[in-house]
Amino acid sequence: MPRTRTRSTVPPARRVTLLIATRKGLWSLASDPSRRSWTLGGPTFLGHIVHHAIADPRDGKTLLAAARTGHLGPTVFRSTDRGRTWTEAKQPPAFKPGSGRTVDHTFWLTPGVASHPGHWYAGTSPQGLFRSEDGGATWTGVDGFNEHPKRKTWCGGDQDGTPDGPKLHSVLVDPRDPKHLLIAMSSGGVFESTSGGADWRPLNKGVRADFLPDPYPEYGHDPHCVRFAGGNPDRIYQQNHCGLFRLDRPGDMWTDIGTGMPKSVGAIGLPLAVHPTDPQTLWVFPMDGTDVWPRVSPGGRPAAYRSLDGGQTWRRQDVGMPKKQAWWTVKRQAMTTDAREPAGVYFGTTSGEVWGSRDEGRTWRCLARHLPEIYSVEAG
Amino acid sequence: MEAAALVRVRIPSALRSYTDGASEVTIALPVLAPEHPPTLNSVLAALESKHRGLRFRIIDEQGRVRPHIKLFVGLDLARDLATPVPPDRDVMIVAALSGG
Repeated sequence: MPRTRTRSTVPPARRVTLLIATRKGLWSLASDPSRRSWTLGGPTFLGHIVHHAIADPRDGKTLLAAARTGHLGPTVFRSTDRGRTWTEAKQPPAFKPGSGRTVDHTFWLTPGVASHPGHWYAGTSPQGLFRSEDGGATWTGVDGFNEHPKRKTWCGGDQDGTPDGPKLHSVLVDPRDPKHLLIAMSSGGVFESTSGGADWRPLNKGVRADFLPDPYPEYGHDPHCVRFAGGNPDRIYQQNHCGLFRLDRPGDMWTDIGTGMPKSVGAIGLPLAVHPTDPQTLWVFPMDGTDVWPRVSPGGRPAAYRSLDGGQTWRRQDVGMPKKQAWWTVKRQAMTTDAREPAGVYFGTTSGEVWGSRDEGRTWRCLARHLPEIYSVEAG
Repeated sequence: MEAAALVRVRIPSALRSYTDGASEVTIALPVLAPEHPPTLNSVLAALESKHRGLRFRIIDEQGRVRPHIKLFVGLDLARDLATPVPPDRDVMIVAALSGG
């Protein structure tokens, strides 16, 4: 697949704002037009556990934040003035009374397509899918998934999965067809709907699940992060518990794209970020997935890895990062790109540092430190 | 004329964003008969009508008290929302002493 980047579509230089969601609140990082100077703002919701915060690309002013506290139940906050003021959702994501299920936290927020302003999706822990059609003020369950007769078979029980609760994440809405949805679950795998969420089917062929008796099951996989390729929603990238994979539609067989990673580093990590316009380019942040899955930079030497050819080959990008004794963990929502040319790449660590590159990963700089444990980084 | 029971609800700091910073809120509830005092559930419903969104932060969608929340009626820990709230008993919402 050729690179499709063209100079004629280069967006004008503009400021970038990063939303930094942490275990103790929400911060922002605002750049100057050159992206050399960054100003830290916040905190908002100090002491709240903010799993995800994201700006609405459709209007440039709406922000949504998924929050709870250690004691209080989960909710969603919404701002329509780029974070100056916030209001709480009138009806946060919640399972139906009588279902016996309880949302522990809202984990993932995805804005809908441009033709449906005000539409949002939310993924929760335990796994649930919710939709808002009023900009995040009221949320209702997507029954086609939450009430699906095979949901429990696909996902296991609400206590199964990752240590802090099984998650429904990576909600992808096809920009060409809002009825075409993808979701990913740990545990469960990737699932697809072509009916706006009324029905679902597993989409996991070719993806390893070597922790199960059948290493290539129909479902039960552990995807960590799934993204549409930039500029081409017919290509999907997946960072999985068992490696890196790519799917080119209309095919339904994933290709292993982790084989080109150095053996000493491996192909295991949590996040995956894509170039905003080039479907061949993506970044991952490998972490140690051996033995007891330490999930830190292999050997204490952090690096991003970039592929320019859809995952066939990978190149280490660590200029500016510590060369030793840096045991970073980057969570699945904590790596992203901006829409500038060249693209900016950003990630946040669980040790509270935000790192950024304004040259597509060639050089890196620490943009903020001393923050709480970072859960997500989103550019707007 | 229907009698009204006034119930004082003590609000933990984590929930005072819903009560304009108030640490106590007084709720007026109708009492149909002295032998049928209001319940904790009706106190929380009245509290929700005055302070929208508060109830869901402490009671989940299945009507269960959330894991790190405790509710007291007077000095007694109440585990059931059907617990009666007799006259002159405060309701206290406690966010468990955990964190870090």
